[in-house]
Amino acid sequence: MEHALGVHRLHFAFTITFHYIFPQLTMGLALLIVYLKTKALRTNDEHYNRATRFWARIFGINFAVGVVTGIPMEFQFGTNWAAFSRAAGGVIGQTLAMEGVFSFFLESTFLGLLLFGEKKLGRMGHWWAAFLVWLGSWLSGYFIVATNAWMQYPTGHRVDSHGQIELANFWQLVVNRWVLWEYAHTMLGAVQTGCFVMAAVGAFYLLTKRHESYGRTFVKSGVLVGVVAAILQLFPTGDEQGKLIADHQPVTLAAMEGLFESQKGAPVALIGQPDLQKRRLDNPIEIPNMLSFLTYREWKANVRGLDAFPQDQWPDMVPLLYFAYHVMVGLGTIFIAVMVLAALMLWRGKLYVSGWMLWALMVCVPLPYIANTAGWMTAELGRQPWLIYGLMRTAHGVSPQVGAGNAWFTLIGFMGLYTVLGILWLFLVYREIEDGPEPDEVLQRQPAVTEAAG
Amino acid sequence: MGTLWFCLVAMMITVYVVLDGFDLGAGAIHLLVAKTDEERRQVLASIGPVWDGNEVWLIAAGGTLYFAFPALYASGFSGFYLPLMIVLWLLILRGISIEFRNHIISRVWDPLWDFLFSASSLLLTVFFGAALANVVRGVPLDSTGYFFEPLWTDLRLGEQTGILDWYTILVGVLALLALVMHGALWVQMKTTGAVNQRSAMFAANAWWGVLILTAMVTTITFKIQSQVKENFVTWPWGLIFPFLAIAGIVGVRFELVKRDERKAFFASCAYLMGMLTSVVFGLYPLVLPARDPVYSLTISSAKAADYGLKVGLVWWTFGILLVIGYFTHTYRSLAGKVAVAEHKAHSSPEIA
Repeated sequence: MEHALGVHRLHFAFTITFHYIFPQLTMGLALLIVYLKTKALRTNDEHYNRATRFWARIFGINFAVGVVTGIPMEFQFGTNWAAFSRAAGGVIGQTLAMEGVFSFFLESTFLGLLLFGEKKLGRMGHWWAAFLVWLGSWLSGYFIVATNAWMQYPTGHRVDSHGQIELANFWQLVVNRWVLWEYAHTMLGAVQTGCFVMAAVGAFYLLTKRHESYGRTFVKSGVLVGVVAAILQLFPTGDEQGKLIADHQPVTLAAMEGLFESQKGAPVALIGQPDLQKRRLDNPIEIPNMLSFLTYREWKANVRGLDAFPQDQWPDMVPLLYFAYHVMVGLGTIFIAVMVLAALMLWRGKLYVSGWMLWALMVCVPLPYIANTAGWMTAELGRQPWLIYGLMRTAHGVSPQVGAGNAWFTLIGFMGLYTVLGILWLFLVYREIEDGPEPDEVLQRQPAVTEAAG
Repeated sequence: MGTLWFCLVAMMITVYVVLDGFDLGAGAIHLLVAKTDEERRQVLASIGPVWDGNEVWLIAAGGTLYFAFPALYASGFSGFYLPLMIVLWLLILRGISIEFRNHIISRVWDPLWDFLFSASSLLLTVFFGAALANVVRGVPLDSTGYFFEPLWTDLRLGEQTGILDWYTILVGVLALLALVMHGALWVQMKTTGAVNQRSAMFAANAWWGVLILTAMVTTITFKIQSQVKENFVTWPWGLIFPFLAIAGIVGVRFELVKRDERKAFFASCAYLMGMLTSVVFGLYPLVLPARDPVYSLTISSAKAADYGLKVGLVWWTFGILLVIGYFTHTYRSLAGKVAVAEHKAHSSPEIA
């Protein structure tokens, strides 16, 4: 059993990590596409419509992969985590079903219109299609985050005499402190991915001196929206999430920070490796008193370390949790620096000609993906050893009859399939970027030339 | 409340089969009814704008099943672990085949996706049929409320069944033929020229298979699952469901002869609805019969608490009304035959 548990966890971790590559971009891009469509409406400049068409194509590829890798997520609650589903399906099934009914239908209907219906819908209609695709994708994010938030901070439920967890208050499930902050933080992460990707493609065009009018639009849009998102990511959303964790999952906070001993005036570790045997941080570089201040707004406040909790309450992978959290925060800090600097140069009118800044924007492109993944790892590893915090242990949630052999079989199947999918996805997106948007200076016969080439 | 949700989930699954059924069926015959690239793009264009929305019914039905009958979701999904995972892989392959194909024009790229699209569609219809047959036949649930079935054992109906035995395979083949007929009627309705003629032929031929297998499967089902007979004897009004199926299958032949493409497709919809509602009616109040009837999951043992079901009814009704709105609008705006523009990579046909 112990062995199967590990495989089931890896199964979910692998499939969700791969899946989340796609929605984080599409949710972010959806917002930027609405931004570009709004510019098109207000300036009456066809340039922005062509820019939207280019991004809508990239959106379409990512959306398709996101959809097909998303279906296994819903199924896995039943296939691999049956005991969890049986106990809690009456609660989290609500939010998951709402996602299907309210978001997926909306998205699939209006994405078709966004991609293929521009002529028929007209200017205003096409803006609405973009808006509704954005709404659908952000609603979908909300329902998923609400599901996760309930597992982190269960509320609005009741446990009956058979141990069955049932819904007791719908609004508490759907709207509470935890879900609102977690949602804001998650969506800002997605917006940053969208912004960095858009800015990077723009920088690539400017550096290679192709599609330069688009290069400027993309860099500008990515940086303007991105600088706001990068700052809000840290404050207030990241800060508030930290406080919620300090209040409701104090042992998680200790593990994230690598704080083994409770202390007054606890430091924040910038670098260091948690050493579980000696119960200390090796090679630490720390800012004294900082953790106390960040958590309680008092320099000398007492912060409980891991020693304040019995070891069976500790997250079971302290080092990985610690690194996931530090990678997320470290990258988030870099994003603020890059985006603020780029925004200043944009304001001074130097951004488009600054080679090194464009290079920086371009090479940053994988980093928000890593940061978003690390952020989710922090949330999920931090919740351990609980599946539903304080209510159900992860070990008690797996499907009792699905053994390690069958779980490995399907995990390996997903690994193979997703490797192929990942290669195809990179290939197709690269081709779109290589081809670029339709040229701004409409040359006569241009379409015919590409057609013949095709 | 439990019975109401039982009907609503059954309705969602029926809508899924009727809608996604035609694009799965179109996929299964894709390589055979369409030979050239242009013809294949005709088939793809007929389902291109709608297949994804149709598939959402599966996800929405799954989610609804999850919150209304959590114990069924848990037992069923973990017990059918292997076939469901294979279904997921097939859905992935099928989805990307449709979406990736038209990005590149090449003699190696397009045929690859055409083949994968067709093969995955075909296998999915068989698996869905076999899955339904497993539910009807019953599974080895025990006192823990769980079971696990291998893909196959000795293909016989006995104590140690697998997902595939001769009965479930037979139903799988019926599902394949029924959806081939359904898909062919859809493609016929949406296309012109050679594709139109070939699909008419496919529908007419598949019809005989559907007729014969329907009769066989129905007879066997009465023997295998005693609940079915009991229900039809207790509530004879339920016979309207099988009558709907019979009217549908007769209607398909009748309209095919008259060459009314729209009505033939709708008759096929009626057949599928009649078949599924008959099954659901026949199983009530079981949601997952066990080999040992003591352990069968019923509506009352599998349903969630009443408060959640009541709240769900509010948002579900509101949500489904919106969905009906989207679908009515989409299908209206796509009415008529598809026109296929000259093949250009990176562009897709505009909605006319």
